[in-house]
Amino acid sequence: MIEINKVSKWYGEFQVLTDCSTSVAKGEVVVVCGPSGSGKSTLIKCVNGLEPFQSGTISVEGTSVGDPKTNLPKLRARVGMVFQNFELFPHLSITENLCLAQEKVLGRNHDEAMEKGLKLLDRVGLKAHAGKFPGQLSGGQQQRVAIARALAMDPIAMLFDEPTSALDPEMVNEVLDVMVQLAKEGMTMMCVTHEMGFARKVANRVIFMDRGSIVEDAHKDEFFGQPRSERAQAFLSKILHH
Amino acid sequence: MSSHFLGVDWQLVADNHELLLGGLRYSLTLTASSMAFGIVLGCVLALMRLADNALLRNIAASYVNLFRSIPLVLVIFWFYFLLPFFGFKLGPDKSVFITFAIFEAAYYCEIIRAGIQSISRGQVGAAQALGLTYAQSMRYVILPQALRNMLPLLLLQTLVLFQDTSLVTIIGIKDFMGSNVVVASNNGALKEMYTFAALGYFCVCFPLSMALKKLHKRIAVIR
Ligand SMILES: Nc1ncnc2c1ncn2[C@@H]1O[C@H](COP(=O)(O)OP(=O)(O)O)[C@@H](O)[C@H]1O
Ligand SMILES: [Mg+2]
Repeated sequence: MIEINKVSKWYGEFQVLTDCSTSVAKGEVVVVCGPSGSGKSTLIKCVNGLEPFQSGTISVEGTSVGDPKTNLPKLRARVGMVFQNFELFPHLSITENLCLAQEKVLGRNHDEAMEKGLKLLDRVGLKAHAGKFPGQLSGGQQQRVAIARALAMDPIAMLFDEPTSALDPEMVNEVLDVMVQLAKEGMTMMCVTHEMGFARKVANRVIFMDRGSIVEDAHKDEFFGQPRSERAQAFLSKILHH
Repeated sequence: MSSHFLGVDWQLVADNHELLLGGLRYSLTLTASSMAFGIVLGCVLALMRLADNALLRNIAASYVNLFRSIPLVLVIFWFYFLLPFFGFKLGPDKSVFITFAIFEAAYYCEIIRAGIQSISRGQVGAAQALGLTYAQSMRYVILPQALRNMLPLLLLQTLVLFQDTSLVTIIGIKDFMGSNVVVASNNGALKEMYTFAALGYFCVCFPLSMALKKLHKRIAVIR
């Protein structure tokens, strides 16, 4: 469903991504990990065209992301994205956050959008908070609303960029539970995360990035059993033993 | 029994209250309408200043720099005395409205631009990730937050605008200042009426600026 082929990207002189190639099949869950600054966020933002790239190709269900003729807003409406800092809209209530894009992008009427939004809010266990504003919720709750907001668009795939790394430890699981549930229902997912428990439980493949390159792209069991590259081994031992 | 208090002849004020109130109403209406138009134009200019397109950026920057570098009186004269030469006969009311709206837009633009820049880049990303176009992201996500954060500064600028509207007196408009001038010269009461005018502007502006300070603190807390 997502095909990434030899993608390279530069910020001026600095090369952030070097010849990255991988793919995510329908229903597959792929976890992306690697040290900070290795280009994970950049790569995942290239997938829905939030970041432009200079060479290579990315296609999502056959639509080329880099093609200037592609209607990017239309493509993005079909790919959900969840950010490290939640990025709920603070001036809008929870239900307004859930309805905005459904109404303005998909053209759903308000009642339809509300019904969908409330159903998803219930699913992430936050129905009681519908009338509140983002600032009144905890980080974990905000992130669950952000997931519901993305799901309200009926996405064909979901992208997660370190969804739990801005959270207090006691809130990590409430968000991971929602993601595990989603994975089990067959959602196509590409997740940047260092939650190796999550990766073990639901990932099909694990990608390890370092300095802008995909160093390792392996089946989960293979990756946790015996990563081939030394850098991946060193990284794993660092994050697993602390 | 003297009707003098605080250096103002209140009997004279009472005798002319219709004219003076009318003047005050004119000043307030001119302020409100130029503010509304100025903020809309200011938003457009601010978005242009932040655009990727260098031409748009330069046009907006030139506009702002031009109007911030010439005195307001001159702009009032231009529109009132010179436009008729080019075939635009607007009359004093329309011409001062346009003057203030486009002049103030330059100032509102800079405030709104700072407001937009104070919103984290992640908000645009999140809006666009949901499929909103750039224009929709600005309209529904960025501008409402920017305007809310900047509300105290925008209103403070409007207080300055309110005081500046007194300049329309020089082309003979009977705004609050202008009506005071009329009463003063008709009755030979310059000292009394100019003191009254000062009191009038002070009584409108001082409480409002105090209220704005409070609002500013409250918004800072909400953020
Ligand atoms: N807008 C930018 N301009 C210049 N360099 C950037 C920009 N954004 C990110 N980078 C650099 O690109 C590299 C990769 O960043 P990022 O994709 O955020 O890494 P990760 O998500 O793996 O921590 C980092 O070295 C970062 O400093
Ligand atoms: Mg990152």
